[in-house]
Amino acid sequence: MKAVVSVMGIDRTGIIAKVSGCLFNHGVNILDINQTIMQNIFTMVMLVEFKDDSAEYNTVMNELDGIGKEIGVDIRMQHEDIFNSMHRI
Amino acid sequence: MINTREIMETIKMIDDEHLDIRTITMGISLLDCIDSSAEKACEKIYEKITRLAKDLVKTGEDISRQYGIPIINKRISVTPISIIAGASDADNYVMFAQTLDRAAKATGVNFIGGFSALVQKGFTQGDRILIDSIPEALAKTERVCSSVAVGSTKAGINMDAVKLMGQIIKKTADMTAEEDSFGCAKLVVFSNAVEDNPFMAGAFHGVGEGDCVINVGVSGPGVVKAALSKVKGADFGTVAETIKKTAFKITRMGQLVAQEASRRLNVPFGIVDLSLAPTPEVGDSVAYILEEMGLERCGTHGTTAALALLNDAVKKGGVMASSYVGGLSGAFIPVSEDAGMIAAAECGTLTLDKLEAMTCVCSVGLDMIAVPGDTTAETISAIIADESAIGMINQKTTAVRIIPVIGKNVGESVEFGGLLGYAPIMPVHKESSAEFINRGGRIPAPIHSLKN
Repeated sequence: MKAVVSVMGIDRTGIIAKVSGCLFNHGVNILDINQTIMQNIFTMVMLVEFKDDSAEYNTVMNELDGIGKEIGVDIRMQHEDIFNSMHRI
Repeated sequence: MINTREIMETIKMIDDEHLDIRTITMGISLLDCIDSSAEKACEKIYEKITRLAKDLVKTGEDISRQYGIPIINKRISVTPISIIAGASDADNYVMFAQTLDRAAKATGVNFIGGFSALVQKGFTQGDRILIDSIPEALAKTERVCSSVAVGSTKAGINMDAVKLMGQIIKKTADMTAEEDSFGCAKLVVFSNAVEDNPFMAGAFHGVGEGDCVINVGVSGPGVVKAALSKVKGADFGTVAETIKKTAFKITRMGQLVAQEASRRLNVPFGIVDLSLAPTPEVGDSVAYILEEMGLERCGTHGTTAALALLNDAVKKGGVMASSYVGGLSGAFIPVSEDAGMIAAAECGTLTLDKLEAMTCVCSVGLDMIAVPGDTTAETISAIIADESAIGMINQKTTAVRIIPVIGKNVGESVEFGGLLGYAPIMPVHKESSAEFINRGGRIPAPIHSLKN
């Protein structure tokens, strides 16, 4: 299954390293990555792929929550279908 | 891949504009729980509800977390209890309400709807017992919601039921007087009641429905308001287009969640209800959408036209986004649950009469309106009669959820808490309608009911 990881917050070093490190540790593949600064806010969007729909998803989500709190950015992971259904007919 | 701008738009809708799925409601038929023994019927009801809905709340929470979209309520609707209990030996149905309440608590849902009777054309013995049991049932339970259908385009209006419901509402207010007559917030009187409505307090599972079904109600007034703020000064064609596009996006969320819930629970998907349901939070108000269109205050001249446009555009946008649309679908205008309505009622711009006009073009009716505690039963009945007539003639659902707050008067307000919000006490006309209400009988179905 695919999910979208989005990161928003004040830019600082190591954001991508922390997030991608967490994904790597759980064998989650990064399919696409896009990073911009929107209105002075660091914004990164990743499309990632899980090997299966296992409990790994929740584990990764919890770890990303922890990383977000640690480095002071807003990290969320959402099933890609929410965006597909809203923006594609 | 979906582009960053689209992803950010969705996240903004959820974070800043209060986009959420308002409710996943599981409809459960209790027809196979009928028993001549009331105790046995209650046992069967409890067993069936707790069996079918045991994973409802957890599934809702899992979907919410995985998709990153809040799902506010998980609820249950059941077959009107008057039909189920009518076969039993009981002469009071409070124990059925208490059974529903226990089942709601066991499954973790916050409301269960269906302590209901459909009497638009006449009463059965079961209907009468159920209606007489409503005040005590609502006083003795926490999560049970009740509704009574008193009219329809096909049947006309059962004015005996209208009269009775005025008395029942007053009695419910009295019996829950210590909680600011809160019982009345869980009681709806309908004309043209719908059988697949996922929203409380009026949800019940119609007899034409399957054994178990998942219905989903979406929301998102804040998203519509935010979209309209970007087209300030544009003509009405642009306004309608903007609402349609936004409604489409909102409804797609509902469709996705409904399908996912249906798959995970292995229960058929029923409908998505396209309603814009406000909450008392600032920024989640239907009134603010109307004001965004250019009205200084909701309730002033032009409000009905603005609401008509909104209601229609929501449906047009939403209908293509879902494979099955149903329920009430439109814009709700519950006064106590909408920060903009509360403000408009407090300053006197929004009156009961204007709200009545607005119900001609919105999805339901006079909703969550607090009136003085000394309002007579006949006046409440007359308000129900007016609202039922609007529903009957316009072939739409209308409802009355009115709270005569015992011990309070115009100038005071009442706090219901949570999603039910708070409301200023609104004035009603002092002139009597008693002689009219006391006539009894039925108002015949209108000529356009004869379509065959």
